Amino acid sequence: MVDYARIEAEEGQVLEAVRDFFVSLLDKGVVEAIMVPTRLPYKGLPMQTLVVDPARIRWADPLAPVVPTNGARFASQLTRDETGKRLALVMRPCEIRPFMELVKLKQARVDNTLLIGLECLGRYENSDFLALDQKDPSFSVNFYRAMKEGRNPPGDGFELAEACKACEHPVPEGVDIRICLIGEDLERGLALEGLTERGKEALGTLGLSEAHKPPEREGAIGALLEQRISFRDKWLEEISRRTSDLGGLMEVLANCINCYNCRVACPVCYCRECVFVTDTFQHDSEQFFRWARKKGSLRMPTDTVFYHLTRMQHMSTLCVGCGQCSSVCPSEIPVSQLFRSIAMRTQALFSYEPGRDLAEPQPLAVFYDNEFQEIASSK
Amino acid sequence: MAEFEPVIVAFVCNWCTFTAADLAGTSRLLHPPNVRLIRVMCSGMVDPKYVLKAFLEGADGVLIGGCWPGDCHYINGNLKARRRVALLKEILRRFGFEEDRLWLRWIAASEGNVFAETIKEMVEKIKALGPSQVRQKLVA
Repeated sequence: MVDYARIEAEEGQVLEAVRDFFVSLLDKGVVEAIMVPTRLPYKGLPMQTLVVDPARIRWADPLAPVVPTNGARFASQLTRDETGKRLALVMRPCEIRPFMELVKLKQARVDNTLLIGLECLGRYENSDFLALDQKDPSFSVNFYRAMKEGRNPPGDGFELAEACKACEHPVPEGVDIRICLIGEDLERGLALEGLTERGKEALGTLGLSEAHKPPEREGAIGALLEQRISFRDKWLEEISRRTSDLGGLMEVLANCINCYNCRVACPVCYCRECVFVTDTFQHDSEQFFRWARKKGSLRMPTDTVFYHLTRMQHMSTLCVGCGQCSSVCPSEIPVSQLFRSIAMRTQALFSYEPGRDLAEPQPLAVFYDNEFQEIASSK
Repeated sequence: MAEFEPVIVAFVCNWCTFTAADLAGTSRLLHPPNVRLIRVMCSGMVDPKYVLKAFLEGADGVLIGGCWPGDCHYINGNLKARRRVALLKEILRRFGFEEDRLWLRWIAASEGNVFAETIKEMVEKIKALGPSQVRQKLVA
């Protein structure tokens, strides 16, 4: 049982040290498979990859500051059915939190998983990351060094995804093992923290020895949180002002082309089939004319505001603010900013925080006798 | 200019509020004719999409009528409705829909008078609010 261990980077090769850790998880039989962001030998983004052969770990690259698409969905695909296979999942907080929500919805399970949470300093949009990565082969390490020193990360004119700048969950919670990066000097190595029995046991099995937590760690996390919360508050305040009535909302959604990318990219859009692609919304041709007659004209595509409001009703209580919805929007609509501004309120309404606790029931999965009584009475 | 006549869409449960509306009629109780009744089997089956669609098509108010807690024909459909309405109100409020445009009321089968009074009260409140913002805006 090991609570906190360090892995040293030889000659500054921190990525190699992390890969060695994954290899030993497979070699020592702690798990049979690992899902970890990995690059194929082709140039491209590090995609979540199911690795069973330790030799393939040499392409793993979980540190690259990019999340091509939210891994919670893949984790759900791998764990939905009882396979009995011991699986390690290497994910960021914005993937772990929705994964936990999918577990509550019985679309995923944790029984046989070793959850490995990666501390996250943010991600770049996919195209930005590709550009930066091409310019600088050691971009990832330079990125962490700059972040630690409080400098702007390398790469002029590139910004982290907005959702990340507003994210107050850089530290993964509720995981078995945490890969600690914040405040670490990655050229020397990084730390692994065992948070559960399963995690501590795994670190012990690997023969890692107990180390001390660096005292500056808490301060570094606090400073990062402060910075992010201050951005978040301004960011959400701005969109709330802009969309304080339906006209404002229409303005923000004016360029929506109903591609439903945001819904596909969303890790907590839990419906197996979205109602907006069912027959319910395959209107008769005549129906469009009736609507047009009533209003004088009809925007095609139609049902745009209806779609977004419905999605808010369905998933805003579970929104973790991962920002993938904004990243995939072809019309550059600030979907994530808008939805988080709603989520803040609807989650507060039920005192609910997605991904906080597996034992906490989802707001729309329960109801109680003595609640919201004022809603059904005249004031 | 003619006085503004609000359009109210009411989703009423078969067992209580619809029966109350029926009783109001057979008892010859008067209430304003601004309400369009839609009979549903339970307030718990009122999909929030129905409410959103009503508002987006220009309804000035939406009423959901169900049985009193403890009286639901399906045991607890009305309590599920209450949670959904709480959530809906939170979202609608954020986009400038006034609180008083969405009503959830428990009206028992014997309360024909309460049904008529509720409609009267709701029409008054919504007349005071004026037409829904949807009517002035091109929403799609």
